[in-house]
Amino acid sequence: MAPAERPRHGARRRPTVAAPAPGPAHPPRQGSIDGLFAAKEIVVACGPGGVGKTTTAAALAAMAACHHGGRVLVLTVDPAKRLADALGLRALGNTECRIPDDVFKQAGAAPRGELWAAMLDTKESWDALIRRHAPDADTREQILANPLYRNISGRFVQSHDYIAMERLYEIHAEGKYDLIVVDTPPTRNALDFLDAPQRMADFFSSRLLRWLIVPYRSKLVNFASKPFYQVADRILGTQFLADISEFFILFQSMHAGFVERAESVTRLLGDRRTTFMVVSTLEATPLREAEFFARELVHRNLHLGAIILNKVLPAYFRDPAAARVAETLRDRSKELAEGLTTDPSLTARVLGEVAESFLNFSVVAVREAEQRAELASSPEVLASVPFFDADIYDMAGLLQLGDKIWA
Amino acid sequence: MPARVGGATPARPEGAVPDLLDLKLLFVTGKGGTGKTTVTAALAQLAAQQGRRVLACEVDAKGDLSSLFEAAPTDFTAREVVPNVYAMSMDTEASLREYLKLNLKIPVVGRIGPLAKAFDFVATAAPGVREILTVGKLCYEVRERRYDLVVVDAPATGHIVGQLAAPQAINDLVKVGLIRSQTDWMLEILSDPTRTGLVAVTTPEEMPVSETLELADRVATETTVRLSAVVVNRVLPELFGRNEEEVFEELRRPEPTAVLSERAGGDVEPVLEGARLAVTMRRTRVGHLERLRAGLDPSVPVLYLPYLFSRFHGVRTTRQVAASLGEELGF
Repeated sequence: MAPAERPRHGARRRPTVAAPAPGPAHPPRQGSIDGLFAAKEIVVACGPGGVGKTTTAAALAAMAACHHGGRVLVLTVDPAKRLADALGLRALGNTECRIPDDVFKQAGAAPRGELWAAMLDTKESWDALIRRHAPDADTREQILANPLYRNISGRFVQSHDYIAMERLYEIHAEGKYDLIVVDTPPTRNALDFLDAPQRMADFFSSRLLRWLIVPYRSKLVNFASKPFYQVADRILGTQFLADISEFFILFQSMHAGFVERAESVTRLLGDRRTTFMVVSTLEATPLREAEFFARELVHRNLHLGAIILNKVLPAYFRDPAAARVAETLRDRSKELAEGLTTDPSLTARVLGEVAESFLNFSVVAVREAEQRAELASSPEVLASVPFFDADIYDMAGLLQLGDKIWA
Repeated sequence: MPARVGGATPARPEGAVPDLLDLKLLFVTGKGGTGKTTVTAALAQLAAQQGRRVLACEVDAKGDLSSLFEAAPTDFTAREVVPNVYAMSMDTEASLREYLKLNLKIPVVGRIGPLAKAFDFVATAAPGVREILTVGKLCYEVRERRYDLVVVDAPATGHIVGQLAAPQAINDLVKVGLIRSQTDWMLEILSDPTRTGLVAVTTPEEMPVSETLELADRVATETTVRLSAVVVNRVLPELFGRNEEEVFEELRRPEPTAVLSERAGGDVEPVLEGARLAVTMRRTRVGHLERLRAGLDPSVPVLYLPYLFSRFHGVRTTRQVAASLGEELGF
């Protein structure tokens, strides 16, 4: 990992971030990510797609393992090969894996605790859920073979929403970890995963479910549902309808277990041991989504612990004195270039381009700062992460990112 | 403006690109945050400027698409938002209603309520139903030929394959019945590369590029739709031309920097540092652009859009992006 800033000359040189060293624990500072992660058992990273949610979750989990100790798990839904590489794993799977100490050692860090990682495999998790709730082996095998079920668990992504929260619940209930940092699936609507457990519970309690099952339970189609069947049969065809019904009948047998489970998942999300961390950038669209999300969390009485803003431009782009210098460079480039190098006209062109670039980025930086200020009032912790100009591909990079947010 | 934007990448194949706006149905997808909605709006705007009558449809009703035309939020009924661009938002229940009205010829008014509810419910369990109602409506608009082009702000990369594969999936599941005959004609439209295409929007960053390459594979193996173009959004300009970088490095030495600061009447250090950041950012991105080009089938055109250093987000952005797209398409 190349550090974000590594100028070869000049006073602006920044030290590379020192990796956390072993030693006595400092009490975490209140109102910081450090403090938040020390106080909670579950941190749910949420927010719009493409803002570095997965990387941020992993970086902070690694920081927690380094600074707080204990067992920390990062659970991701993104099949991010690069993250697996960065964590020193060949691949992430549904089963949790411990990150080897060597990976930390190579990054110059000695964690006080353990870091574990797992990736959500939707299909496998659904199958595991069915195995747990199915009343008998026959029902289990029938469900696993039902074409509709296979579509839901494998092909269609909405089922991510529920299963991610369900898996979180399961892992938490096992009690193996002191802290679980979970990265939420890319949803169509950022709130889908919050609603998913309730939707699942509603689904199994629904009158409509019973409706669909009726004709296959008794041969009598009840009068009220007759038009529905006529229409459904014309649209879907008999076989498909039979598949649906079989699926529902089988699922019905797991009704109680599912509803209870979904309610437990909902409770866990609202528990005081759980906090939500909204990750975003300051670009218009992600930011709007993040703001909506933050408001909605508060509205639902869920704990909004932090807002993390990634890819924030350096502060010097907003320095009015620097902007004045840039304007001078742009307007008087010829005159300023004289005698500086062997080729004054080339130098003048370079000065012009340098100044233009600075002023371009300034426009963006000023807009971003304004948006950041608007956000500042809401959560306990608001952290900004500078623009990393290189990609994060190893543990050192993750820790360096984490370090920018931590205290 | 975007003169040097694509400079470091190979030229695109001749002749393949201008066909894009001649298609009838364009799905625009991309990883979240890459600018897929902006590109959708810009494609619609550009096609309209080229004299086409365009339907722009937003599938995830967030209201962003209409705001890019400074228009009020849209609904299922298409409305002209700028000349020749009609905008609508997908609503699967409305789509079902329309479908039943058109196809079943039964008096649905009284019974549609519980039926729609049932569908909502079935869709929770068998989400293909929702997808098929969306794709069905779009294909229907293509078949009716009321528009020259239907451009869709489609689900993000993670969801688009499920969406596009839904008709095939349903086709496999449902052997008879009305749905079966419906999916047959949908598949015909979707599988026709002269009528239907997919545009993937990405940015020159690691994850978006990786996701785009994965998408290209999945689209080829799991759907019948062709990837018609990849749009790379927010490409940073190359700051320096030939020999200029050496001069820049020279200027960053303490002595010239001090002289410059003296002459400019203020510290030039931040300005130089800003340029260095721009150069390194561009350099990392060029690596990703090269990886993208190398990983894609050579027949897939790649279009480059410049990073917009702007304070606004609305109709002006839409026009700027449309203009850049127009240049890339050779208009």
